[in-house]
Amino acid sequence: MRRKLLPAPLTERVRAVLFNRRVVFGIPFLWLLLFFLLPFALVLKISLTSAVMAIPPYEPVFRWVDNTLSVVVNIGNYLFLLSDSLYIAAYWGSVKTAFLATVVCLLIGYPMAYAMAQAPKHWQLVLLLMVMLPSWTSFLIRVYAWMGILGNQGLLNSFLIWLGLIDQPLKMLNTNFAVVLGIVYAYLPFMILPIYTNLVKLDVRLLEAASDLGCRSLTTFWAITLPLSKAGILAGSMLVFIPAVGEFVIPELLGGPDTLMIGKVLWEEFFNNRDWPVASALAIVMLLLLLVPIVLFHRFQAREMEKHG
Amino acid sequence: MVKSRSFSFSKVMLVLGLLFLYLPMFVLIVYSFNASRLVSVWAGFSTQWYGELFRDEQILSAVWMSLRIAFYSASMAVCLGTLCAFVITRFKKMRGRTLLSSMITAPLVMPEVITGLSLLLLFVQMAQTIGWPVDRGMATIWIAHTTFCSAYVAVVVSARLQEVDRSIEEAAMDLGCTPLKTFFVITLPVITPALVSGWLLAFTLSLDDLVIASFVSGPGATTLPMVVFSSVRMGVSPKINALATLIIVAVSLIAFIAWYLMRRAERKRLQTPDA
Repeated sequence: MRRKLLPAPLTERVRAVLFNRRVVFGIPFLWLLLFFLLPFALVLKISLTSAVMAIPPYEPVFRWVDNTLSVVVNIGNYLFLLSDSLYIAAYWGSVKTAFLATVVCLLIGYPMAYAMAQAPKHWQLVLLLMVMLPSWTSFLIRVYAWMGILGNQGLLNSFLIWLGLIDQPLKMLNTNFAVVLGIVYAYLPFMILPIYTNLVKLDVRLLEAASDLGCRSLTTFWAITLPLSKAGILAGSMLVFIPAVGEFVIPELLGGPDTLMIGKVLWEEFFNNRDWPVASALAIVMLLLLLVPIVLFHRFQAREMEKHG
Repeated sequence: MVKSRSFSFSKVMLVLGLLFLYLPMFVLIVYSFNASRLVSVWAGFSTQWYGELFRDEQILSAVWMSLRIAFYSASMAVCLGTLCAFVITRFKKMRGRTLLSSMITAPLVMPEVITGLSLLLLFVQMAQTIGWPVDRGMATIWIAHTTFCSAYVAVVVSARLQEVDRSIEEAAMDLGCTPLKTFFVITLPVITPALVSGWLLAFTLSLDDLVIASFVSGPGATTLPMVVFSSVRMGVSPKINALATLIIVAVSLIAFIAWYLMRRAERKRLQTPDA
């Protein structure tokens, strides 16, 4: 420590800073460029090829034969997606299911986050851990748990029959209802967390002022609390909606034959039909659909990460 | 202060919501001790499924594979995520910073099927162009997991970096500390709790991933979620209930220890306000 008390020569310090900054920036930047951005370019490229029986199972886009570069672009996959009503139905089904699940998550999650933010300080950490804990255990196993509950011989049906409310088991597993329930169950913590973080930072003086001026608590909520927690609601909704649109595990395990969701269709195109170009085209269209929500989420998240504490 | 009634709507919802979150897991735990294979029939207490679980070679080797991948992915993700968090919170004028911050937030919400497919296509293309990776397996899963886990680490660490008192860092630099040394002597000790929680989060995320790993893995590498998934597809299995119970107990234990340490740190901080 002692021998460094005098500032190092200026040029050396400047160089050290520059070198460090470049490395600190460069390593994650190159990694993400290679393993996050470049793969999307490849998906786009392969969505423009046609499938062949080969390894890898698609035609090359660029070909170099007899000193001529030929570029073969095939938009057939996109036309195919448009012509087959199955794909349009799957996109629509995904968006509908994800939207419904997001609304239900918000309706359950907002009051929960509100109660957490109102709780005494020493309770808040415990409640926060309790909400987060399920999301740290296995997602797959939490979805699986509902298979045992919702099945025809499952716990819920047995219970309802025992109560005498029904005498035939209700078909709950392998329905769209089960899919929405599964998404709500799996993604609820992701709705609660951003809303809670938002509500806990709310300036209580505003609420006191409103109540001093004779505002009823419900009016205070609608006029102050809700508008001020808009950012949290938006972030939570995007955290639920975007991954839910592409969800594969939940429709696969809880959904039925009439459950059409794009994540499952993409999986089947890829693994069962081995049609990589169509799977890629499906991914590109899904990305385009989700572009606006992703940008909205990014703007919120970037603001959260950059502001000063 | 606004008085909240003791039985307000939101409190009722909180209790119901927590019940909703925990009841299914509770059911799994109870039925892992069921002697019967059927879900709806309770045939007495038994630990036979745990015995069967520990005799299942396929599950045990998948557990070992998943633990190793999760360890390596979490460690690499902490390094990359911390660098990203540093760039985003500290280098405000760096060129390319906006692109970096979009690339680090996008994996948080990107549907897994898209991430998985795109990475697989990359690995296939790389194998064609540079001859690596010859076989997809642990290494490719490690790269895929590191990439999406880094995003979560960056969120956790950047939240902590915002709270660090910049003036101490500046003082160290003014006294001749190199930026690198300042980072290790001043910044690192302050953000260590965030690094630990980021590492744990990345570890659980990697351990849990089915979709991305299914895309980028080859025949040689089968992770635990893949084994669980192929068994669960066939229907409810008591052996998986036993496995689920062990996972839930392990995670709860770690969460409890974390809570205890956090509470102790909080108490200590309150006792010495000028520290």
